[in-house]
Amino acid sequence: MNETPKKYGRVAYYPGCALEGSGHAYNCSTQEVGKVLGLELVEVDNWNCCGAMEVKNVDPKLQTYLSSRVMSIAANEMGFDTVMAPCNGCYHNLKKAEYDLEHDPETVAVVERISSKAGHETYKSGQVETIHALDWIKEGIGEEGLKARVKNSLKGIRVANYYGCMYTRPRHIFPEKDQGPGSESTLQPHFMDDLLAAAGAENVDFPLKTACCGGAHTLSDSDMSTKLVMNILRAAEASGADVVATECPTCHSGLEMHQVRGEKRFGFKSKVKILYFTQLLGLALGVKPKPLGVHENISDSMDFLKSKGLA
Amino acid sequence: MPIHEKSLIRQENLIEHEKLEIDGIDVSGHWSTFIQTRVVTDYNEDMETEVAALPGGEHIHRCWQCGSCTNACTVNAINPDFNPRYWIYLTRIGMEAELLRDKDIIWQCISCNKCTYACPRDVNPEGVMKALSHWLELKGHTEKSPSMHFDEVFSEQVFQTGKIEEGRTIRRFFARTGQELNQDWLVEMIIRMVRHLPVKLLFAMGLQSVLKPRTRGWGKARDAIHEYVAEKDAEHRKALKLDPPHGPA
Ligand code: SF4
Ligand code: SF4
Repeated sequence: MNETPKKYGRVAYYPGCALEGSGHAYNCSTQEVGKVLGLELVEVDNWNCCGAMEVKNVDPKLQTYLSSRVMSIAANEMGFDTVMAPCNGCYHNLKKAEYDLEHDPETVAVVERISSKAGHETYKSGQVETIHALDWIKEGIGEEGLKARVKNSLKGIRVANYYGCMYTRPRHIFPEKDQGPGSESTLQPHFMDDLLAAAGAENVDFPLKTACCGGAHTLSDSDMSTKLVMNILRAAEASGADVVATECPTCHSGLEMHQVRGEKRFGFKSKVKILYFTQLLGLALGVKPKPLGVHENISDSMDFLKSKGLA
Repeated sequence: MPIHEKSLIRQENLIEHEKLEIDGIDVSGHWSTFIQTRVVTDYNEDMETEVAALPGGEHIHRCWQCGSCTNACTVNAINPDFNPRYWIYLTRIGMEAELLRDKDIIWQCISCNKCTYACPRDVNPEGVMKALSHWLELKGHTEKSPSMHFDEVFSEQVFQTGKIEEGRTIRRFFARTGQELNQDWLVEMIIRMVRHLPVKLLFAMGLQSVLKPRTRGWGKARDAIHEYVAEKDAEHRKALKLDPPHGPA
């Protein structure tokens, strides 16, 4: 085939720690979708943790250092100008590091000091653009491109798209968002809606797209997280959704865990299934459930997918 | 009819008289409720500076008390006593005793950043909540909170190895906070998780916890981070007029 090179046709891939553990299914499904769409992912060599949601509470500048090291390797050792991070936490932290390194000289000084002691080149703001898996497909392939490749339409599947906190807040670390038509919105994000609609799904009007699932305290303040998750799942069902689509391993496992915990501790009943958006896209593109890790989800959606002719 | 503001006033500061005569006039009934006068003399004038010296608290002085943070707050919707605007106010005017009434819930801020998104003054209220939690703990007003335990267990592992292996972090967290690993919901979750998993993957997951993922050549980064953490620790303690930390950090 003689295709013109795509935007984001070959990018550095930063899976992050969660995708090697609890988010394994997100990792497989992202890579499978990339393969089918002809978007090449090159894993950042010898990467480290971005700091997740915890290191900033010890010291935010250390979080910035950790994230900057990942970007430094991608830019200085591998020659990439784009890093794709499917995890909201990683994506957020790399964006935040980029912002702080552009605006805060004190942060720059700390990052320079640790980088030189650690023996690698200091990351300089502007060297890479960090994108989310949603940007990667939305801008790399687009809705039309996706439509043309759909083998099994998601027709008849009603989806509540759940984006969580870290993908849109705080606004200032996402300078490309809220830039008018075509850009992502921080108040009403729609990239996932757009992609799943292109794959045939019916998006429901879901009011809690950017509500918090309590992921940061999922184990240290479990009752709070369970209450927040029950709210989200209840709202999804009330909006008529069969499925909550996720785009973050922490949100995803938070929803799954606290769906079970809510059931056990609070007698909470819910039928809604929880699937990564990449699993839904993969199914639509004709990939089998296994390679997409559907069987690894705690939320068991196999019977549902079979009933819709997708598995 | 009770006085309108009763809900805003604490019960212990209200005096209600069954029967009350003042200067020979019977004022029982409608006029029998009094609010105890309160004179605040125990201001801690250093509180704002101290909180501002901790990471996240830097911009507390910008707050103009609009209340957008509390209005947007995820935790406030579940517990109305969780009130970032009010705590920022108390910190700025130094009403330490009043802030301490809420000391056991401040750590519950879940870092959703709804407040930071809503704040018109770039205060970073989320950061202020973290700074306040640290301040309370450093000053000895609270025990280390469960979330701070988690942050530390997690961060220690990242600083040591460059990466996180979730199973290990979770086990250490449960051990440090004295919780059982066989809680009903955890067991149920694991049952559902392994139900469809092929043995090969389970084996690989087990192996991952044994082999502990780590970033190669991390030693120098680890030392530089530890050195920085110790330096910061000393700085914070000095800003809060506490004794220097004992032993290696
Ligand atoms: S970050 Fe904390 S204080 Fe701010 S809105 Fe969320 S829970 Fe409330
Ligand atoms: S939103 Fe900002 S300015 Fe308004 S009360 Fe909260 S911290 Fe203060």
